[in-house]
Amino acid sequence: MDKYINVPFGAEDVANLHAGDYVYLTGTIYTARDAAHKRMYEALQKGESLPLEIKNNVIYYMGPSPAREGRPIGSAGPTTASRMDKYTPALLDLGLIGMIGKGKRSEEVKAAIVRNGAVYFAAVGGAGALLSRSIIESEVIAYDDLGTEAIRRLKVEKFPVIVVIDSQGNNLYETAIQEYRTEA
Amino acid sequence: MRTIDVKLIVDNISEMCIEANHFLSQDMKCALENAAIQEKAPLGKQILEQLQENLQIAGEDMIPICQDTGMAVVFMEIGQDVHFEGGVLEDAINEGVRRGYVDGYLRKSVVKDPIYRDNTKDNTPAIIHYSIVAGDQVKITIAPKGFGSENMSRVFMLKPADGIEGVKNAVLTAVRDAGPNACPPMVVGVGIGGTFEKCALMAKQALTRPVNEHSEIPYVRELEEELLSKINASGIGPGGLGGSTTALAVNINTYPTHIAGLPVAVNICCHVNRHVVRVLD
Repeated sequence: MDKYINVPFGAEDVANLHAGDYVYLTGTIYTARDAAHKRMYEALQKGESLPLEIKNNVIYYMGPSPAREGRPIGSAGPTTASRMDKYTPALLDLGLIGMIGKGKRSEEVKAAIVRNGAVYFAAVGGAGALLSRSIIESEVIAYDDLGTEAIRRLKVEKFPVIVVIDSQGNNLYETAIQEYRTEA
Repeated sequence: MRTIDVKLIVDNISEMCIEANHFLSQDMKCALENAAIQEKAPLGKQILEQLQENLQIAGEDMIPICQDTGMAVVFMEIGQDVHFEGGVLEDAINEGVRRGYVDGYLRKSVVKDPIYRDNTKDNTPAIIHYSIVAGDQVKITIAPKGFGSENMSRVFMLKPADGIEGVKNAVLTAVRDAGPNACPPMVVGVGIGGTFEKCALMAKQALTRPVNEHSEIPYVRELEEELLSKINASGIGPGGLGGSTTALAVNINTYPTHIAGLPVAVNICCHVNRHVVRVLD
């Protein structure tokens, strides 16, 4: 089922999202991948503040290719989410409401999604040129020295994602595969 | 004896890096088109159609097909009657990669040290494989490799007693474990035989073979067909979200091996299986 929601969003929106829903996100999201997660995690351990407001926000696991002149961003598809698993439960416990990536998550992340009422979306991996068309603005807001891995604030319009793990703990990767499996 | 100025290597490699990251080869495009027609799952079909649209946008607007423009894997087949002048060949290859990635707006994804991880900021060094062959030509293959799928690749040191069933099991295990992480539909490169490093290199080389070409060895061809059909029965589907298209091809290379061993490497590539070939003659 197709749904349109604005980001950031809250618990009432999460309750309406179910594994398998096709969702178009409009508003502001933040990028962070391996190196930025490591740095945020270390900051939290030292009791320092994070460079972005986590509560009710969505993090997109993505490191873009450079933008050509006159464009907000280059190719901008999702990276594999499981590399962020080590750092994710701590962010969910701080109120992170959604993540966009691709691929499986650990049991610890799934439990933290359910515990906090959050959602894990997949964007289509390897469709970075197409996805870049839904990104209207991009600005580096932290960790500039990390290059493509810096934290960016993105303005997105009807950014297409699919709910993979919903707040009830349903996991589309597990159910969809069973449906189309034909081997013994 | 033929003399080649290394400047020619720099220019060609720079162009090839940019080309590979914006345009897929014809065999890959056809395979993706056919998959979109044949896919049984509605969401899978929609994803495959988006991949076609993505390829079109990439070529028209010169935006890389995927933001992970890869680590540049370079195969150099050099005729033994070739002499290079004007500089060191390896420096020229890396300079070509540097220019391609910097001038071509490609992502810099290489870190200087695997533990300390400072970005080299120009995507060098490349991974270079040389082979010396007969003649006076130079054949260059550039295959930028993304790491979503590279991370899901495996080497299995099987026992001779494991035989062909062991090989099938190894390939299917690697593909099932990869699932949605490797951006299916995948292309599966397999190396069987040789040594630990030889089978891995064969698996990588197998990914550069067109997806509509099979091995010339009859039993290997059958194995490629059987494994493809089994992989597509797994249900993983496009994007790992369920469907009948999990892989576009299984390409297998083999080599003699030791009496005590049966090495098998499975190099998984996503649907952005990039490779550009040029022959300097």
